Amino acid sequence: MTAPVMEIRDLHLRFPLGRSPGDFLTGRPGRVVNALNGVSLDLIRGETLGVVGESGCGKSTLARCIVRLYKPSDGEIRFDGNDIFAADQRSDRVYNRRVQMMFQDPYSSLNPRMTTGQILTEALRVHEMRPEADIPGRVAELLELVRLPQDAQHKLPHEFSGGQRQRIAIARALAVEPEVLIADELVSALDVSVQAQVVNLLLELQDTLGLTILFVAHDLRLVRHVSNRVAVIYLGRIVEIGDSETLFSAPSHPYSQALLQAAPSLNPDDRGRAVKLEGELPSPLNMPSGCPFHVRCRHATDICKSTRPTLQPFKEQGEVACHNVEEINTHA
Amino acid sequence: MDENTPILQVDGLNTTFYRNGSALAALRDISFSVARGEVLGLVGESGSGKSVTLRSIIGLARRYGDVTGAVRWQGRDLVGMADRALRQIQGREIAMIFQEPMTSLNPLLTVGLQLEETLRAHTDLSRTARRDRATEMLDLVGIPSASQRLKDYPHQFSGGMRQRVMIAIALAANPKLLLADEPTTALDVTIQAQILDLILQLAQDLDMGVLMVTHDLGVVAQTCDNVAVMYAGRIVEQGPVRDVLREPRHPYTVGLMRSVPENLPPRSPLYSIPGVPPGLDALPVGCAFAPRCASCIAPCSQDRPTLSLITEGRQVACFNPIATSQGNAA
Amino acid sequence: MSDVAFSSDRPSFVRKALRKPGLVAGMLIIGFSILLAIFPGLFAPYDPNAIDYNAIRQPPSWSHPFGTDLLGRDSLSRVIWAYQVNMQMAVLGTVFALVTGVIIGALVGYYRGIADMIFGRIVDAVITFPFLVLVIAVVAVLGPGLVNMYIAISVVYWVYYARLMRAEVIAQMGNDYAAAGVVMGYSDRRIIFRHLLPNAITPVIVYWMTDMALVILLGSSLGYLGLGAQPPQAEWGVLIAEGRNFISTAWWLSLMPGLAIVLTGLGFSLLGDGLADLLRPRG
Repeated sequence: MTAPVMEIRDLHLRFPLGRSPGDFLTGRPGRVVNALNGVSLDLIRGETLGVVGESGCGKSTLARCIVRLYKPSDGEIRFDGNDIFAADQRSDRVYNRRVQMMFQDPYSSLNPRMTTGQILTEALRVHEMRPEADIPGRVAELLELVRLPQDAQHKLPHEFSGGQRQRIAIARALAVEPEVLIADELVSALDVSVQAQVVNLLLELQDTLGLTILFVAHDLRLVRHVSNRVAVIYLGRIVEIGDSETLFSAPSHPYSQALLQAAPSLNPDDRGRAVKLEGELPSPLNMPSGCPFHVRCRHATDICKSTRPTLQPFKEQGEVACHNVEEINTHA
Repeated sequence: MDENTPILQVDGLNTTFYRNGSALAALRDISFSVARGEVLGLVGESGSGKSVTLRSIIGLARRYGDVTGAVRWQGRDLVGMADRALRQIQGREIAMIFQEPMTSLNPLLTVGLQLEETLRAHTDLSRTARRDRATEMLDLVGIPSASQRLKDYPHQFSGGMRQRVMIAIALAANPKLLLADEPTTALDVTIQAQILDLILQLAQDLDMGVLMVTHDLGVVAQTCDNVAVMYAGRIVEQGPVRDVLREPRHPYTVGLMRSVPENLPPRSPLYSIPGVPPGLDALPVGCAFAPRCASCIAPCSQDRPTLSLITEGRQVACFNPIATSQGNAA
Repeated sequence: MSDVAFSSDRPSFVRKALRKPGLVAGMLIIGFSILLAIFPGLFAPYDPNAIDYNAIRQPPSWSHPFGTDLLGRDSLSRVIWAYQVNMQMAVLGTVFALVTGVIIGALVGYYRGIADMIFGRIVDAVITFPFLVLVIAVVAVLGPGLVNMYIAISVVYWVYYARLMRAEVIAQMGNDYAAAGVVMGYSDRRIIFRHLLPNAITPVIVYWMTDMALVILLGSSLGYLGLGAQPPQAEWGVLIAEGRNFISTAWWLSLMPGLAIVLTGLGFSLLGDGLADLLRPRG
């Protein structure tokens, strides 16, 4: 197995909500949103790691920690062996160049007052990617790379469709020749036929440029299609991680199973077959004790209410955080 | 398939909006019907006119543009109806739910008050009867401890629960038709499954027709009896869900289905329809899909194909429809 | 496989502007006011300080359209020459506040933290204090006169610009392009001044327009009270004050400069509203 390019260890992120005057009077501590509760994973060079989960599960927060938009409360992220939050690394802009991110909303991720040409030129110039004279040529190359016509250079973001804007965002990220790309719901806001265009482009670029991709999305079909490995997140914790095909064809954690069954299949004959998950996602303000999934889990036993399960190897190439994983998967 | 006579019959519906002096053909020649207990899906990408169709039926579109054609609702025509008479039908006989449950609920009023308001407007129940009915409705849509939650404000509910509240309000007056505009798009998959189940269950129990607008073919497959696929303001294919999804005949439907990564080798290139949908102010002369279509033939760029019956219950608007896998096309 | 569907028509800024009658009217009024301020000599029929004892307090006539004052000076010429002072007030009374406010507002909006908390208290302190009283107090300490008035206004007014700018920068930071700038490794200075500021400044510019009208009004009030421009300098507030005692016999003395104030104020308001419309971000 190749060495991981990025190692994430026991990452925690708590957002304090502030204390009400009542809290001050009674000395109660302020309320805290637990966005990440001990996420550990390795990103292996050249792979696509899919991250799935429902809204509020922490998948976007994880992405934003990796590019240092958020500083984790605990835990560490190592890139090429260096802690990216260490004091001497924090202002290191080389890291920004090597790890890039693309955002979900194609309407807000580009500066509305800068043309495509200016956006790309700025990236090239700030990181001194090319001598000044070669910049226009490189901008043209980048547009070609993401299949945009050359006259796109002189246009402002509002003159493009959603799919075209995401191409510009990809071009901006690629301008600094990164090794790792974080795609946070890159195509969620796009129509299916346009989604396919952008996903194809991303896969193709990955092959030609040898990129490592962290693909964060809620669309399970899409994640299955693009990923080599997949991590399923529930309430800020990874509940299952493993080889994409294995996980999607035979998920082991009861939450992964429920999530997969809930995704509406294109086959009308599947109607009514799925076992529906009861209840709602608990608020990250008051996390359930023990396994955070136990309140919705059909298989929950006493130990699930008291003890938090950790990720344990299960089947080949996979890890599952569930006390009853053996029983659940032998019954099924 | 359904022996029931239709309760809603849409016939040659056209909607035109005007912007900066130019006319936008938002809807052209839309015809379909919905029977009691039937769930009809309207599926298409953004800008295809699926939401405008709902808004034209219930009389919300005519404030912003011209609506012509016929929308027959139990023998009466809604298109030409006066606002006042229409208001008697909106909410009482035809109800609508929206994509974003937070913005369609008043944040300053309790859920109970909003439910009772609907009941007061559309029924002649007494005050205590209204209260009972409100509790009953919340109970019906699966909100636990309904009578206590009547006193809660919308922000105290989660996204899925809010959509349930919306459905309770919509159904309070016992409508015969529910217009659902992307009711689960803003929700997570596990919650989406719950809400779709609820809508189906209620349609069955209350013998209510449902017109479900969605962009997700999976939602159509799992909930609808019949489906109409829309492209650039027109219906391009229509028929029973099972048949349409199993053997799509219009090239656009085929493209839409193949764009969804299901049953494909991992990381293989996805099928993608080239190009983007045309702007409504610059529709091609012939078939609107012709410029993006792989099976485009000579007449496609000159004439516009009309929606016509090709086999039992199946309608397609295409000069050169995709052959069925059995090879017995036409 | 190109998905090109660009709209080729991007109506030019000027063409769009010309379609708005309010904006055009505002631009005409302010444009003409600026001309009058720069070249009063070209438009004024008489020397504003030329005393003519044969024509004292004459009502409006063909030779003196705005009448004459108690020293026989031509009122029209004096109102026109006053444009120089009053338009200068509009610019100098606001520009320092504008620049300081925009920079401080952008910085506290971007960095938040302790600086933002201190800023919040300053805002509270300033907006709870009656503005005119504050300015009068400053002028009273420093002595009357235009320069002291500018200082007095600027000391207080930057807070209003900064408050607006801060809110706008915070709103803009909700957009992912700001986050993208951080991820790209751009410096804070670049993100603040190249990315956030151009997108956040529109409401500030619009406010600046209306503010210039307010400053003219304030300057005239101080002139009227004898704390701003000093006679014999022609300034609208001073002119109104001069006519004050003759309001029943020589009404034109106060009315004409009053009309000039109203017209200029209207011009700035129309311009501000029109610009707000025009600069509203597109979808």
